[in-house]
Amino acid sequence: MKVTMTVNGQTRTGEAEGRTLLSTFLRETLGLTGTHVGCDTSQCGACVVHVNGKDVKSCTMFAAECDGADVATIEGQCAPDGTLNKIQQAFQDYHGLQCGFCTPGMVMSAAALLRDNPTPSEAEIREYLEGNICRCTGYHNIVRAIMAASGQEVPAVAAE
Amino acid sequence: MPKDGGIGASSKRREDVRFLTGAGNYTDDINVNGQTYAWFVRSDVAHGTINSIDTSAAEAMDGVLKVFTAADFESAGGIPCGWQVTDRHGEPMQEPKHPILAEGKVRHVGDPIACVVAETLEQARDAAEAVEIDIDELEPVLDMKAALEDGAPKVHDELTSNLCYDWGFVEENKEAVDEAIKSAAHVVTLELTNNRLVANPMEPRVAVADYSRARDEYTLYTTSQNPHVIRLLMGAFVLSIPEHKLRVVAPDVGGGFGSKIYHYAEEAFVTHASKVVNRPVKWTSTRSEAFISDAHGRDHKTKIELALDENHMFTALRTDTYANMGAYLSTFAPSIPTWLHGTLMAGNYKTPVIYVNVKAVFTNTTPVDAYRGAGRPEATYQLERVIDKAARELGVDPAELRRKNFIKPEEFPYDTPVAVTYDTGNYHATLDKALEMTDYAGFEKRAEESKARGKLRGYGLAHFIEACGIAPSNLVGQLGARAGLYESATVRVNATGGITVMTGSHSHGQGHETSFAQVVADMIGIDEGMIEIEHGDTANTPMGMGTYGSRSIAVGGSAMVRATEKIINKAKKIAAHLMEASESDIELKDGQFSVAGTDKSVAWGDVTLAAYVPHNYPLEEIEPGLEETAFYDPSNFTYPSGAYVCEVEVDPETGKVEVLGFTAADDFGNVINPMIVEGQVHGGVAQGIGQAMLENCVYDENGQLLSASYMDYTMPRADDMPMFDVDHSCQTPCTHNPLGVKGCGEAGAIGSPPAVVNAVIDALHRGGYTNVEHIDMPVTPARVWAAMNS
Repeated sequence: MKVTMTVNGQTRTGEAEGRTLLSTFLRETLGLTGTHVGCDTSQCGACVVHVNGKDVKSCTMFAAECDGADVATIEGQCAPDGTLNKIQQAFQDYHGLQCGFCTPGMVMSAAALLRDNPTPSEAEIREYLEGNICRCTGYHNIVRAIMAASGQEVPAVAAE
Repeated sequence: MPKDGGIGASSKRREDVRFLTGAGNYTDDINVNGQTYAWFVRSDVAHGTINSIDTSAAEAMDGVLKVFTAADFESAGGIPCGWQVTDRHGEPMQEPKHPILAEGKVRHVGDPIACVVAETLEQARDAAEAVEIDIDELEPVLDMKAALEDGAPKVHDELTSNLCYDWGFVEENKEAVDEAIKSAAHVVTLELTNNRLVANPMEPRVAVADYSRARDEYTLYTTSQNPHVIRLLMGAFVLSIPEHKLRVVAPDVGGGFGSKIYHYAEEAFVTHASKVVNRPVKWTSTRSEAFISDAHGRDHKTKIELALDENHMFTALRTDTYANMGAYLSTFAPSIPTWLHGTLMAGNYKTPVIYVNVKAVFTNTTPVDAYRGAGRPEATYQLERVIDKAARELGVDPAELRRKNFIKPEEFPYDTPVAVTYDTGNYHATLDKALEMTDYAGFEKRAEESKARGKLRGYGLAHFIEACGIAPSNLVGQLGARAGLYESATVRVNATGGITVMTGSHSHGQGHETSFAQVVADMIGIDEGMIEIEHGDTANTPMGMGTYGSRSIAVGGSAMVRATEKIINKAKKIAAHLMEASESDIELKDGQFSVAGTDKSVAWGDVTLAAYVPHNYPLEEIEPGLEETAFYDPSNFTYPSGAYVCEVEVDPETGKVEVLGFTAADDFGNVINPMIVEGQVHGGVAQGIGQAMLENCVYDENGQLLSASYMDYTMPRADDMPMFDVDHSCQTPCTHNPLGVKGCGEAGAIGSPPAVVNAVIDALHRGGYTNVEHIDMPVTPARVWAAMNS
């Protein structure tokens, strides 16, 4: 079937089977490979995108369900000239990523968190990230990056 | 003051920009025109005889090009093992064949039996369901000790038993150790398990092969930590493809932690299949598949005995370990419990005699190999747990007992009784730093506060040493390695002064593109932005050994330094000519070549331009161009060390353990990029806390892996971790590599498990549960509660 959705502000149409997942549609049909798939049980969160303003795991939705939807992916987060948004910039500034595989999902989850709760506490950040696994950073610098992106003071660490 | 750039600066990572914008190029992002898809049919039983495989129904299905079985690989070799261990009696280890697809028998759940190649992934998956396999299930062997009993089912019928090797180290010390233990004032004994783990990099493994009939050449894109080694092993030993006809590319790789070091059957499969079907073939692992097909880590059962004299000085150490190899030997598996474990049993201490016995055992489980730290975490865990137990039994302060037995700063270089020489270290400094950072003196007060809230607070200390940058090649060759362990770099200077460095190291999250560039920029005195780092493609990098064992900066970085030194030496010759001066008078500073004692100078860019546009150039004396390659073979391992402290609260009602704080005071020698180094420690500590508290492979009695998805295998999440306090100000530079660096990637995973468990046991003893001497990892609420109520 034909599926049409607005992705990062552009209308995109592609063929999808009934069983085609949104993550597969974005990656394979639309070529937006920034959305990653790290598991098959919807546990890891590497595939988080926004659908109609809500953060969802794109491996848990069918592409057909998103016909007519407004979808935001990691590719649409920086400015047209390539300038990183404040969350992306904070991740770089605070070394909130290493291998980068979980990072798109982390950035999209962080964006959803900060939209709903502009100044989350450390505990609230950690709780919100419950659906995103990172194997590299130990989360320390991800939490700091999100605090920095929210304009809050970043917890100091002994080495600084 | 932190530097703005070069060595010692926390330069921001340049690779982050592509990762943060979705522009990374991971293997699954690669699609080749005309690509087909592979889906493996894997064994769902742990042990069985294959009676028949009927592929006819599957082959008749839409889109199916071919269904492969072992019969299609009769001309191929098995997956090779890269390390030969010789046992106590001088015999070589038992080394069974590891076929690409199972031949006659399946030996673990997940063993690949057949593989469908089809036009689409869905068609391949559907057809895989239609492959009919008749298997007579056999009794599996899962427990290592049971596997060695007479009459135990054999994993490999052609072997004499399930024993891979019985290794003794140092065999000549055995009797002296027995004697010292017999006559010691105190002997402290502990039996423990180092739990089996799955590395779980967030990117599952992927392999895409593209065979060109027109050129008779193969390209393999794969999620690998060492593409050159994959090319060598697969080309020379499995598929008989000349290396110049085989290109292996490991592009952006989403983490490895050891699990992407090895050559896997799937890589050889897609490469061979691509030629057979004459189309590109892509395989992408699912996470569930990863759990049963990626090499697992750890899995030791150990009895350790520490002997002490009446002054509490260590006099001898004896450890007996059973190490699980799983069903087949993964690429480096035999080296982990032997040379990477036995040689670290001295730890940071002056124990005069040590004997290590390791029995490596085949079982019907997924193969085991190196995982972050590889052998060193296993050694450290035993040692630091038994020392803690000794302190408790002797009624002495655990920090003081360690301090008393430490090798002293003035005693380096220090030859241990287990065959290695530590070049430098200052264990007292890192211990003091950790105690200061964690307010050791104030702990009792904090414990009282916890008690008032009904909680048991514990303080867990562990010290560690590790051997990084495995080396040198001629030594490891004597120990059984079938490869050298050097590293390479080519520094290619462009006419306008920009530089491309091609390294045999591979970056999969470590930030080489940033920290390697810092080193070269610092040496020449130019901006980091003028340097580009290339890695991961055998077509454009010199032969290298890849990235694992914290070797990249110590070995790969040293190769880069040597190549850059050659560049500078040649550039000085050119500068001398341009300024009509003697070469010996040329100095290089901040990217300017000057003649000593004069105001004459030429810029880096003038010299590089002259090298490539040789109008005014001594062609009779110096070749044009500015490109140099160096291969660096280290003369010793590097020996980072550190003191780790974990503070926990245990809820006596539920057994739940909460990590309140975690502190790491490390000595990594010189540090190139402090931000990146701290990040590496954070990640390692999280994996260590994960091992200690959450992660575990659980097999049922039939050999089914019960913890085979993220629903069941407890990965550490943000809420499970505290903020970490890390420090690397105690620095004793390595004396034998040009950067003075030691390696930081594995430290966190090595030092943290004993710190966590020591803290939990401390908490229980403070709460009056003095009968609890040990709890095996992971220290789940159920295990802690059971121990308290036993």
